[in-house]
Amino acid sequence: MKGKPLASIVSAGLSKFGKMKGLYGRELFAQAAKEAYERCPNLDPKKEIQALFVGHMGESYEHQGHTGATAADWAGLTPVAAMRTEAACASSGVALRAAILAILSGIYDVVMVGGLEKMTHRTTPEVTEFLAMASDFPFEQWHGITFPGLYALMATAHMHRYGTTEEQLAHVSVKNHYNGSLNPKAHMQKIITLEDALKSRIIAWPLKLYDCSLITDGASCLIITKPELAKKYTDIPVHIIGSGHACDTIGIYERESYTSLRAAKLAAKQAYEMAGVSPQEINVAEVHDCFTIAEIIAYEDLGFCEEGMGGRLVENGETRLDGKLPVNTSGGLKAKGHPVGATGTAQAYEIYLQLTDQAEKRQVENATIGLSHNVGGSGATATVHIYRRG
Amino acid sequence: MAETTSFTIEQFYKFIEKGKLMSVRCTECGKVMLPPKPICDECLSDKLEWKQLAPRGKLETYTVIHVAPTQFQSLAPYAVGIVKLQDGLKLPGIIKNVAFEDLHIGMELEIEFDASLPSKWPIWPRYYFKPI
Repeated sequence: MKGKPLASIVSAGLSKFGKMKGLYGRELFAQAAKEAYERCPNLDPKKEIQALFVGHMGESYEHQGHTGATAADWAGLTPVAAMRTEAACASSGVALRAAILAILSGIYDVVMVGGLEKMTHRTTPEVTEFLAMASDFPFEQWHGITFPGLYALMATAHMHRYGTTEEQLAHVSVKNHYNGSLNPKAHMQKIITLEDALKSRIIAWPLKLYDCSLITDGASCLIITKPELAKKYTDIPVHIIGSGHACDTIGIYERESYTSLRAAKLAAKQAYEMAGVSPQEINVAEVHDCFTIAEIIAYEDLGFCEEGMGGRLVENGETRLDGKLPVNTSGGLKAKGHPVGATGTAQAYEIYLQLTDQAEKRQVENATIGLSHNVGGSGATATVHIYRRG
Repeated sequence: MAETTSFTIEQFYKFIEKGKLMSVRCTECGKVMLPPKPICDECLSDKLEWKQLAPRGKLETYTVIHVAPTQFQSLAPYAVGIVKLQDGLKLPGIIKNVAFEDLHIGMELEIEFDASLPSKWPIWPRYYFKPI
């Protein structure tokens, strides 16, 4: 089983990320789907796609639930078996997991998996409130703890325990903004300095504006098939060789540690074991940098460095585009943007581009094995996927 | 001690209204849970009892929230933290009566109960932490 493809990506699509004025989530999803159809001329989507799994976090934004059928409708896929998955910011990471299991079940040969979120038409207090729904209501939200607040609690603990600095957090932001500047689909294409990041206004101390990901509109999708069918559709498929998924307590306060995410560590262990690869064999990774501290903790949870050394890893430039292990080449949630439901499969989209030499200015040379890490809420859900160039 | 009352969040907040911090103890395996859950998350038993906790502990981590949800905007900026209670259980909440520069991990805090109730759901009182 080790390293055996579970399912194969034969195409992928991503809408432009940003403030997409006048475009609804379903219309952004149609943009992503159209790109995926055009990338894969050997596939007849109407005849061959049998199911759609779509991640979507909040019906509050657009007053629209029932996203499986809605997205299928706008992507021209009615009457496929369509369903929505919801796991906060990991909604489409979980959708990807469900799609892989559906392929492995033997029932489907070809499925589409993706995600969408339309957020920017709402006010910041409204978005703050909607996002907070991913956390525990009776003990966290009820006591005024915001989403950035939860990650700030982790940052304070990490700084206290390991000596991680605000400068090291800022390094994550500077790196991801640089990468975003090379990605035409990123929400922000602006290079920033360490000083810009450190001087930005405080959101939840020690997290500042530039420590936080963006409120973004966007959609993403992949077309995945049984591995033995992949070559029918493309010369270079990307095989998914590891998949992990775990959960943790909804309240951060019930956990033993505030400096690592148990669900992410478990999901990583499952994915590495399934793939038969070690963290040192990963060539490129997209990790869930909803806040800068989250990327530092992700390095540690994924085994890219020892616990407590994440700050130094980024400070030393090892995760830059020209570093030993480039992380968030897309710009990450920080600069590419974080339309929450779309994020999990948008990460997979970037890995797909990297492993098929289509990442243009941000291409990592000789990338063979990639990883994506998608976290829901303050870590109550995590998925990790490992990919190999076919 | 109302030992037979149901082990719910609603009941937890009814105790808060009376100035009591209550956890739930599993009588099968001894696990103590905060927040209360209707089934022991260790051994799955529903043989439970309420157990009162001392309303004080040490600050484990904290932040100062500057961008607040609509409901808390008049309070901002405000400090929140997670407190490890004397019994080893943990509870998050707002920290009052403290200068932000004095906040530090390990500081001793106690709970102040606020019995005032909102007019619409959820009709739960709040508690706050303050330095001892």
